[in-house]
Amino acid sequence: MTFVWLWTDFLLWVLFALSMVAVVKIRGNELLLQKWQKIFAQPLALSAFIIFTFYILIGLSDSIHFRLDNNTTTYSVLDRVLLPALEAEEKTYSTPLNFEQFSKEYLDNGLRGRVHLNLVSDEITNAGDNNKNLLAISVNALLYAAVIFIAFILVLLKFTSVKIRRNRSVLVTIFTLMFFCVWVVLLMPNYHILGTDKAGIDVFYKAVKSIRTGMVFGLLTTLLALPPAIILGLMAGYFKGKTDDVIQYIYTTINAIPGILLIAALVLILQVYMDEHASDYASALERSDLKLLLLCMILALTSWTGLCRLIRAETLKLSELEFVQAAKVFGISNIKILFNHLMPNIMHLVLISIVLDFSGLVLIEAVLSYVGVGVDATTMSWGNMINAARLELSTDPVVWWPLASSFIFMFILVLSANLFADRVRQVFDPKGDEDA
Amino acid sequence: MWTYILRRALYSIPILLGVNLITFLLFFMVNTPDDMARIQLGAKHVTQADIHTWKEEKGYNKPLFINTNQSGSAILTDTIFYQKSIPLFQLDFGHSDSGRNINKDIAQRMWPSLALAIPSFIIALITNIVFAMWMVMLLGTKLERMSLIFTVALMSISGLFYIIIGQKIVAGMWHWFPVSGYQSGFESWRFVMLPVLIGVVAGLGSGVRWYRSIFLEEINKPYVNTARAKGLSEQQVLFKHVLKNAMIPILTGVVVIIPSLFMGSLIMESFFSIPGLGSYTIDAINSQDFAIVRAMVFLGSILYIVGLLLTDISYTWVDPRVKFK
Repeated sequence: MTFVWLWTDFLLWVLFALSMVAVVKIRGNELLLQKWQKIFAQPLALSAFIIFTFYILIGLSDSIHFRLDNNTTTYSVLDRVLLPALEAEEKTYSTPLNFEQFSKEYLDNGLRGRVHLNLVSDEITNAGDNNKNLLAISVNALLYAAVIFIAFILVLLKFTSVKIRRNRSVLVTIFTLMFFCVWVVLLMPNYHILGTDKAGIDVFYKAVKSIRTGMVFGLLTTLLALPPAIILGLMAGYFKGKTDDVIQYIYTTINAIPGILLIAALVLILQVYMDEHASDYASALERSDLKLLLLCMILALTSWTGLCRLIRAETLKLSELEFVQAAKVFGISNIKILFNHLMPNIMHLVLISIVLDFSGLVLIEAVLSYVGVGVDATTMSWGNMINAARLELSTDPVVWWPLASSFIFMFILVLSANLFADRVRQVFDPKGDEDA
Repeated sequence: MWTYILRRALYSIPILLGVNLITFLLFFMVNTPDDMARIQLGAKHVTQADIHTWKEEKGYNKPLFINTNQSGSAILTDTIFYQKSIPLFQLDFGHSDSGRNINKDIAQRMWPSLALAIPSFIIALITNIVFAMWMVMLLGTKLERMSLIFTVALMSISGLFYIIIGQKIVAGMWHWFPVSGYQSGFESWRFVMLPVLIGVVAGLGSGVRWYRSIFLEEINKPYVNTARAKGLSEQQVLFKHVLKNAMIPILTGVVVIIPSLFMGSLIMESFFSIPGLGSYTIDAINSQDFAIVRAMVFLGSILYIVGLLLTDISYTWVDPRVKFK
């Protein structure tokens, strides 16, 4: 077994390490700790955070790639977990949790009928059997989930002082997640949970694999946009004068170019470049991964200006305050003032912008794919799924499940991110409405 | 006031120069005219001679920045950069790579775009403000909390969802409106209604929240207390006093996008086959027609800068405290 490190894998794990460092730092800082405790004190925000973390964990498990010794295919950890769905190849469409194909065709016996799916056990031959089987699996899943949940509660009560009453909605979220996991694990070997698409590929597999793409888009773009935004914002606000003029000029100019057109133009150019240098990449996976990363860079290039302007304005105010003046009088170097004295005081803006931008970026991925300037066609993403599913809606009967799956998966991620972001903004923004 | 406007207008010249330089770098240096020729002529089996004739036809056969074969000022002027930049500033966009006159196309396609964009903008503005006001009126109640979460849910749904489902259900199944297409003149309203409606709904979540936060900042100011103490009804307080005072932050966000309405909406227009500038741009992107994309980028930047200028001017109408320095 050899590990394969893609660029985005590497950066995601760097990001993960950075956030772990941040957690350690927060735990050591009384004031920050209090703020975070306040964030999680709201059950809605905590629930949203749990779901968000769940997505992140799936995305991270999809970011460890390896190649088996006797095989040329690259798998991720997630691929191995979802192997039954990945390897079961059907011929064409089938509806969610069905036992036979969607459309009728001529069978071996000469009659018209629906072909039995490869993945589903041969014993199930009619809808009644199928429903009974599904019900049995669901009841089992409920029981297992209940057992795990009760064990979880007991552990929680034993080792922490969590108040069950106050956090009912959080516990409901946790239980739902547990049930969902057990249900998926039990169903996976026997069913296509969200049906199959035109080529017979499992839709659930595609939707889950798309989580990583959305996550890379939402997180790496902001990560890449942070350094220019922070450094230039601080410099403009602190040095003022000529530096300020130049930096303001740069971001006004970039702002003036319509964002989506700038992105489209850059991606077109990128496409031409990559087509011409197609032979430079070791595999299709690496090529599509590099394209994803470059796409993030392009988005970062157009999106750092907003945060930069905020940081500049805040730094302008801060640099008039006594502590900065005192630092100057003591002869502390400009770089030290910028990074040791000013930067910690603008970090709340950075945090708010990270969480607020995340959901917008995930949504924009779908739009970009539609416009034709999105991720590589071979990358699994919600945008590509929606794009492919548009034509399916006009068929009769309607093929709705690929479209519905991608929208629902995207909606849950974006909703939880938005709810969490809202709370973070409320607590960290000095102007925020701290009503709840 | 005129000197102020003039000064602001002059300030926008370096920005336009910067935009032009960036687009030029993108479209001609990163992606050389040779690449463009190959795309337009169909990637495979293109001889160097074909590329040369294509470049000659389109005027791409000159050096990029400095022409060493010329003398005098022609060293700078007989280059792609000069030849392709100067007409842009005169708003002459020339011909697309496929040979169409871009100015003519724009003049023709701006009307459908405006027919879609102006009603969308006005209706969205009014709905968002009214809903935001309504939420501010309910401040602190359970209903307000619910609707706040509802707006978060609304803005968490992909815009594509609203469009696809709206088109499928309202037009496809109920037959209230045509599914797509466009007809010029008075008949256009039938084709524009549905996209306008979808646009308003899709923007409702984030729009309402934005106005709400503006109003909330106003609501705690002393003049609101005074107005209430005077015995004014809550409606009067909100719509007469708060709304007027909130105009400055509202204008900052709103006026700047008015000129850009002209550009049309990329997604809406292409979904509903409305022959406006948005679908024009999308088609250009898909056929990799760099001349059109470049023209649209430049046009968009001009409109944005005009928007900034209008924002500055509009302050004078709503806030007498604003002085021109």
